[in-house]
Amino acid sequence: MQKSRQRLVALIVKETMQLLRDRRTLMMVLGLPLIELFLFGYAVSLTVYHIPTAIVDQNKTPQSRDFIQALVNSQYFDVTENLQSQGQVVDEMDAGHVKAGVVIPPDFPTDLENGNANVLILLDGSDSFSVQSGYSAASIVAQNYSIQLTAEKIDQAGAAAGSLQQANVMPITTSIQVLYNPDLRDLWFILPAIIGMILQSMAVVLSAMAVVREREVGTLEQILATPTRPLELILGKMIPLLVLCLIIIGITLGLGVFWFGVPFKGSFYLYLWLSLLFIASSLGLGLLVSTIARNQRQAQQITQMLMIFSMLLTGLIYPRNAMPALSQFIGDLIPLTYFIRISRGIVTKGVGLAFFWGDALVLLIYGLVVMVTASFNFKNRLD
Amino acid sequence: MTDEIALSMEGLSKRFRTSGGWNIAVDHLSLQVRRGETYGLIGPDGAGKTTTIRLLLGLLSRTEGKSSILGFDSMNDVYEIRERVGYIAQQFVLPADLTVMENMSFFANIQGVTREEQKNHIPELLAFAGLTDFTDRLAGQLSGGMKKKLALACSLIHEPQVVMLDEPTLGVDPVSRREFWNLLGNLRAEHGLTIFVCTPYMDEAERCTQIGLIYEGKLIASDTPNQIKHLVAGELLELTPSRFVPAQELMTGLEGVLEVQTYGEKLHVFVDQANRRMAQIEAALKAEGITDEGIRPIEVRMEEAFISLIRRQTNTEMKPAPEIALKGRV
Repeated sequence: MQKSRQRLVALIVKETMQLLRDRRTLMMVLGLPLIELFLFGYAVSLTVYHIPTAIVDQNKTPQSRDFIQALVNSQYFDVTENLQSQGQVVDEMDAGHVKAGVVIPPDFPTDLENGNANVLILLDGSDSFSVQSGYSAASIVAQNYSIQLTAEKIDQAGAAAGSLQQANVMPITTSIQVLYNPDLRDLWFILPAIIGMILQSMAVVLSAMAVVREREVGTLEQILATPTRPLELILGKMIPLLVLCLIIIGITLGLGVFWFGVPFKGSFYLYLWLSLLFIASSLGLGLLVSTIARNQRQAQQITQMLMIFSMLLTGLIYPRNAMPALSQFIGDLIPLTYFIRISRGIVTKGVGLAFFWGDALVLLIYGLVVMVTASFNFKNRLD
Repeated sequence: MTDEIALSMEGLSKRFRTSGGWNIAVDHLSLQVRRGETYGLIGPDGAGKTTTIRLLLGLLSRTEGKSSILGFDSMNDVYEIRERVGYIAQQFVLPADLTVMENMSFFANIQGVTREEQKNHIPELLAFAGLTDFTDRLAGQLSGGMKKKLALACSLIHEPQVVMLDEPTLGVDPVSRREFWNLLGNLRAEHGLTIFVCTPYMDEAERCTQIGLIYEGKLIASDTPNQIKHLVAGELLELTPSRFVPAQELMTGLEGVLEVQTYGEKLHVFVDQANRRMAQIEAALKAEGITDEGIRPIEVRMEEAFISLIRRQTNTEMKPAPEIALKGRV
C-alpha cells in the first residue's frame, strides 16, 4: 500500500514534469481555448446583420417608403440596389450581389387598409444563416408594422365614435418574452457549451496521446517492466491532466465572465464538481481511444472524428430535438451532450442540480464505465 | 548456491498472429541459467531474442511452455519477478525529457526504494556508471554510450538479483561498448549478479560464461563459448583468392572440404585435416589460374562456428542455406 502510494506519486511527478517541459503542447493546450473564445466572442456570430438587399418598390408611396425604412432600421437589411422586377432580383441573387430581395406590390397602401397587405421577401437559400436571420427579422418588422398601422387606424376610427367592428380589424399583439438571455446574445448561449467543447477535446486528446506516445516511444515497456500496476499508471497520467483541465476551465470561464461579461448565474461549486465528473469521463474516453489506436496518428484521427460529431450532434450549435433518432443516439454517446445541458443550466439559467440530476447521473455512470473498461483493456503486458 | 537455477525455460513458445497466418517467433526454447552466470543469447536480427526476453519478464504472454525467473512464473507472478529483476530494453526508453537525476529517482521510487536507501545508492550508482558530472543533463541529450549506462544504473537501483539486457550495446561506439562490458563484469564479480544478455555481436559472446545460439526462434546450441567452438567439425583455413566467385565454387567441390564460408574478400574453408588439404587446395587453385595471397590455418571463432551450426541445422531441415547477417566485427 505504501509502495503503491510511492509509485503513484513518482508517476504523477514524472508526468507533471514532462507536461511542463513540453512547451509546445502546453502553449497549444492553454492558447487554443483563448483563441476559440475570442473567435466566438468577436469574430463569429450566428446572427447575420446587414444583409445586402435589393428593393423593388412598385408602389412608391410614403407608406411603401416607410416600410422599407423600417426594414433598414432593423439593422438586418442594407438596401444596396433598387430594381424594377422580381426577375431582376433573382438575377442579382444568382450573381451573388444580394442575399435578399423585397418586392412591394403596386396596391400596397390599399391592401394595408384592407388588412391583407402582402410583401414578397426573397432570400438566398444557399446561405442558411442569412435566410434564418432575414426571415425572422422581416417577419418581426412586418408584424410590428402592421400592428402599428392597425393601431393608427383604430385611433382614427375611435375618433369617429367608432367601432372596432367598423374597422374590421382586431388589434392583435403578440408578446414574446425571452427568458435568461433577453438580448439574445450569441456568446451567452455559446460560452457554456464552448467551455465543454474545449474541455472535452483537450481531455480526450491529451489522455489518448499520453498513453499512445509512451507506447510508441517505448517508455511504456520500461515502466511496465517495474512492479507498477496498470491502475497506478493510469491514475498517474490522469491526475495531472485533470488539474490541467481545471486550469483550462478557470481560464475560459474567467475570460467569458470578466472579459465578455457573460453572467454566471448558478452555483460555482456545483459547476466545479460536475466539471470534474465531465473531465473524468472525457479522460476515460481518451484512454479508451488509446487502447484502440496503434499509433499517434490513429489516435489523432479518432479524436478528430469525435470532435466533428461533438460539434454537430451534442447541441453545441444545432438543437438536438430537431435531429433524426440516429443522430440523437450518436450524440447520446458523447459526454459533451450531457455537460452542455448542465453548463447552460448553471451558467445561463442559474438552476440547481434538481433540474439536471439525470444528466449528472449519466455522466457519473459514463465516467465509471469508460474508466473501468479502459483499465481492463490496459494490461500489464505489451500484447 | 552456485547450482541454484536463476532462470529457466521449458518448451517456451510464442506465436504471433499475422495477416498471413501465424508467425513463430520463439519455438520451443528450453534452457536454464544458474545463479551468477552471464548467459548470452546470440543470434541475428529477427531470431527471437527480444521476444524471449519479453516472455521471461511477462511483458508478452506465452503461447506454450513454461518459464520462470528465481522460481517465479513469468505469467502468473509478474510483479514478484519485476521487483527482483532489472531490465534494459533494446531501444533507449527512459523518459528523454527528464534529467539523469530525475530518471534515477523516478525509477527508485517506482521500485519502492526508500529515501534513506536512495540517498546512498543513487550517488553510488552514478559514480559506478560515470555519470556523476551529468546529473542535470536531460537523458535525451546524453551520448549513446552514456544513455546505456544510465539505463543500466536505473535498472540496478533496486538491487536486483538478475538483470536482463536486450542488445545493450546497439548503436554504441566501440570504446563505450568495452566500458559497458567492464561494468557488467564488475557487477558479476562484486555482487554475484546473474546476467541474461541478448546480442548479435559475436565478440560479446566471448565475454559470457554460457551462450545460447538462437536462430529462427530455435535454440541451436547452448554451452560455454569454448565448447560451442568445438562443436564444429574440422579445421579452418583462410585464403584470399584473386578471383573470388570461381574460387568459391572450386572449393565447394574439393575432396576433404566440409564447408566454405565467405568473409569479406576472404574465404574460410573448413577441411577435415588442415595440413593435408592445404597443398591440395593451392594446387587446385593454380590449375584454374587463380592466384592467392597465401593460405593459412586459423582458429575457429564464434562467428564461423555459429554460421556452421546454423547451416547444419537448416541442412537437416532440407532448407536452402541461409544468408546470415551477423555483426562480428567491431
